[in-house]
Amino acid sequence: MTQLADGEWHRLHPATPLLKGGIAFIAILGVIIANLRERILEVFVPGLECPEEFCSEDPVSIILDRYLLIGLLVAAGVLLLIIGLFWLSWRMHTFRVTDEIVEVRSGVVFRSHRKARLDRVQGINISRPLFARIFGAAKLELSAAGSDANMDLSYLTSANADGLRAELLRRASGIRAREAGEQAQASTEAAADGGETARVGLSEVARQRLAEFTAPELDPNLAPPQSVVTMKASRLIGSTLLSSTMIFFLIVIAVLVVVMTTTDAGSWVFFALIPTVFGFGSYLVNRVVKSLRYSIAATPDGVRVGFGLLSTTNETLPPGRIHAVQITQELLWRPADWWMVQVNLASHSAAAQGAAGQQKTTILPVGSRADVLKVLELVLPGLVTDETRLLIEAGLAKGRGGDGFTNSPKRAAVLRWFSWRRNGFLLHPDAVILRKGAIWRSLSVVPTARTQSVAAHQGPLERLLRVAHVRVHTVAGPVTAEIGAIDVADASALFRDTAAAGVVAIRSDRSHRWGDR
Amino acid sequence: MNDDATTDATTHPSPEPASRLDPVPGEWRRVSSKYIVVDFVTTLIWSVMFTVISTLPAWLFGWGAWWWALPIVFGAIMLVTLILTPRRVRSIGYRLRDDDLLFRRGIMFQRFVAVPFGRMQLVDITRGPLARAVGLAELKLVTAAAATGVVIPGLPLEEAEELRDHLVALAETRRAGL
Repeated sequence: MTQLADGEWHRLHPATPLLKGGIAFIAILGVIIANLRERILEVFVPGLECPEEFCSEDPVSIILDRYLLIGLLVAAGVLLLIIGLFWLSWRMHTFRVTDEIVEVRSGVVFRSHRKARLDRVQGINISRPLFARIFGAAKLELSAAGSDANMDLSYLTSANADGLRAELLRRASGIRAREAGEQAQASTEAAADGGETARVGLSEVARQRLAEFTAPELDPNLAPPQSVVTMKASRLIGSTLLSSTMIFFLIVIAVLVVVMTTTDAGSWVFFALIPTVFGFGSYLVNRVVKSLRYSIAATPDGVRVGFGLLSTTNETLPPGRIHAVQITQELLWRPADWWMVQVNLASHSAAAQGAAGQQKTTILPVGSRADVLKVLELVLPGLVTDETRLLIEAGLAKGRGGDGFTNSPKRAAVLRWFSWRRNGFLLHPDAVILRKGAIWRSLSVVPTARTQSVAAHQGPLERLLRVAHVRVHTVAGPVTAEIGAIDVADASALFRDTAAAGVVAIRSDRSHRWGDR
Repeated sequence: MNDDATTDATTHPSPEPASRLDPVPGEWRRVSSKYIVVDFVTTLIWSVMFTVISTLPAWLFGWGAWWWALPIVFGAIMLVTLILTPRRVRSIGYRLRDDDLLFRRGIMFQRFVAVPFGRMQLVDITRGPLARAVGLAELKLVTAAAATGVVIPGLPLEEAEELRDHLVALAETRRAGL
């Protein structure tokens, strides 16, 4: 068992203030150097004198000439104060893990004390920003449902973070943990030992850092490697180039070029364009680079998704924490048969992001149909079987009769011009599956054990066409499980059946203690 | 409670029975008829405000006589809304089933919601000044999904409190994760 989870109060990594303030410190140093470069130059090149009228007004030279001692004392005092404050904040930031709860106390002047029940954990995220990663530190974030309900343990040593995660998940999972306790104990002890041996020698430290830096995000003991989706660089670049964002950007550029050539405001538009182009370019590069080392795999405690090349993050989502899944396809992705998978999660964290510019709710940035099925198998365990595989395949394909889906009637073509043949739903005992869109195809899956409520709506136009729309309410996220233009009788049946299936699923759902059998 | 309200949308024989959405036929518990007054006054205040504001372009900015069409159209819409108030209030209904609460409202834009008891996170009672004057309260159900949005207005206070306690007790026995 990792010694951090023994029910006592613990402090974070002693280098935390440095790691947290690291970037800021470097930036401040940079500003100071930039401002004092003439003076520094002067020190090294004594012959170089600045004109009298400038130097006499320079506050730095006034301080240097007259108040050297006081200046030094003030600077030292401020520095000491800052160091002291950081040290105090590190000392006051403590956490405790017991069998049932996690507690974090922090703050010097404004104290905060946060407690969370382990069985309500929505996900555990370990991120390693580049700066921290060099020093072998990692940030562990425990997310609970709701916005800003996360517990941030930054920073821990890498080995400690991994050990603590394993321990937290083990305890959150319930009784199975006690049975499999010895096993996990052995593995986390091994990890802790790894942390111990790091102190042996400098070369050993360097070797271990390098090993950590290059190691895959997934522990090979926990994740069967065959389920990992491999991200091909060509597919990633291709999908980014063919995305609608890219097309939109190209259209904007084209319009601006036309404006530039036809009007005399050309040069102004050109200069306004440069930062936009750079910004967009860095967004594209960032997106590709971050997703290059994308990985997803099943662990006994849920799905683990990893992102990042230099700064890495990896999120563990325990079973039953995924509230809805949506598979979508960009228009230009269809010839290549690429898809994207997004999910709804109960926790909302602005800090923990997946690929750059994408929320962590994007669980597969791009993948082939086979990849999508593999990912679905991971995020909806128990739902993807051989028979439902066919249904999901049908859900991704062009709509036709007899594929299990109840589609819109032909009269609904007024509301769904192109997609009325595809627009339909399927109620599986474990999930509501909604198929939408002919141009932008999408398939939404909501596990009935996660539906919050269900609503049926009808407006005047819909009444005229004898159709209605049904919406399955889930926690907020990118997926909106709504299906419109469905025959009134079908919509009524969907409403009734979803409500009934939800009640049954709630009664039998035990996923908040997923190891408890 | 106004159980004797017979002119309700669901039992009305409509000319084309299949066109109207009615997923769960049966009797609904109606809200108090006093709520008609509350709804009427609230709608009236908003209508007058909107209509007055919509006259601004016509007389304040002097954009032309055609702009008087705006308040006229607004006023007409508001008038229809006001006239339909009793009917709209009568369309509000709820029903407690074994495992969930059903809620309905709307005539033109109908909405039916089913909230399982195990999914209720909290039950709220709120009372505006008008509702308090006639002894009414509104009951709000909150689930983890913001879209659920079930607010049962126009319940007599005792009934609202009774219902809240009942729902909380039910939610406790059927408690589940998120």
